[in-house]
Amino acid sequence: MAELNISERQAGDVYVLDMSGKITIGEGSVALRTAIRRLLEEGKKKILLNLGGVGYIDSSGIGELVSSFTAINKEGGQLKLLNLTQKLQDLLAITKLLTVFDVYENEAEALNSYK
Amino acid sequence: MSEVTEEKTELVLPSRIESIEEAAVKAAQVAERLGIDEAAMFGIDLAVREAVTNAVKHGNKLDETKNVSVSFRSSTDVFVITVIDQGAGFNPVDVPDPTDPQNLLKSSGRGIFFMRNFMDEVEWGKMSEGGTIVRLVKKL
Repeated sequence: MAELNISERQAGDVYVLDMSGKITIGEGSVALRTAIRRLLEEGKKKILLNLGGVGYIDSSGIGELVSSFTAINKEGGQLKLLNLTQKLQDLLAITKLLTVFDVYENEAEALNSYK
Repeated sequence: MSEVTEEKTELVLPSRIESIEEAAVKAAQVAERLGIDEAAMFGIDLAVREAVTNAVKHGNKLDETKNVSVSFRSSTDVFVITVIDQGAGFNPVDVPDPTDPQNLLKSSGRGIFFMRNFMDEVEWGKMSEGGTIVRLVKKL
């Protein structure tokens, strides 16, 4: 089984990536990078990462979230985060990245925020 | 039979990404025997992964002819992990603070921050035969 499973769905003009597994150095980080690059190449720039199934992340994975954020911003898009686990929320808090990312606990609210 | 109060485990791992998981699994096994709680275990696990990542990737630059040595030593009041690489070394003072506003959007540079955040003591040194040692300490 892959370290990180990503499935894509569309909600209006927002593309939601449902993720489960680990975003760590190597396979997990690469899978996230590849998914974001593909969406941007397809012109899909409003992206919501549903991280509810991501039980583990390391500094490389957090770096990949930041890279995704900057790559999407550069293309005029928006990256937002949904359903952070408590551990991921704690890591983003201590790294002060909660001040950077737009984070939601409710999907409808997250989707509405793009309008 | 007397109770075991000190334990030492050593691993010698090749410089590849898979070694990070191997070291983390061993750390978890030792921590479980020590009765370390889940919250502390999360931090130890992350610190070990970050230290071995640095050794494999930045120290030994993924050169599989170079090894990373990881040791776990525990006594009644302390859990000490050391990670030694065969790289050129670095000065931790030169690593910028990732929480500084100007560094927030950098894609790397948070590993050492996590080690310092989750462990009670973290120190680096140079090995006489070359390479870097990082010593991670968790008080029990």
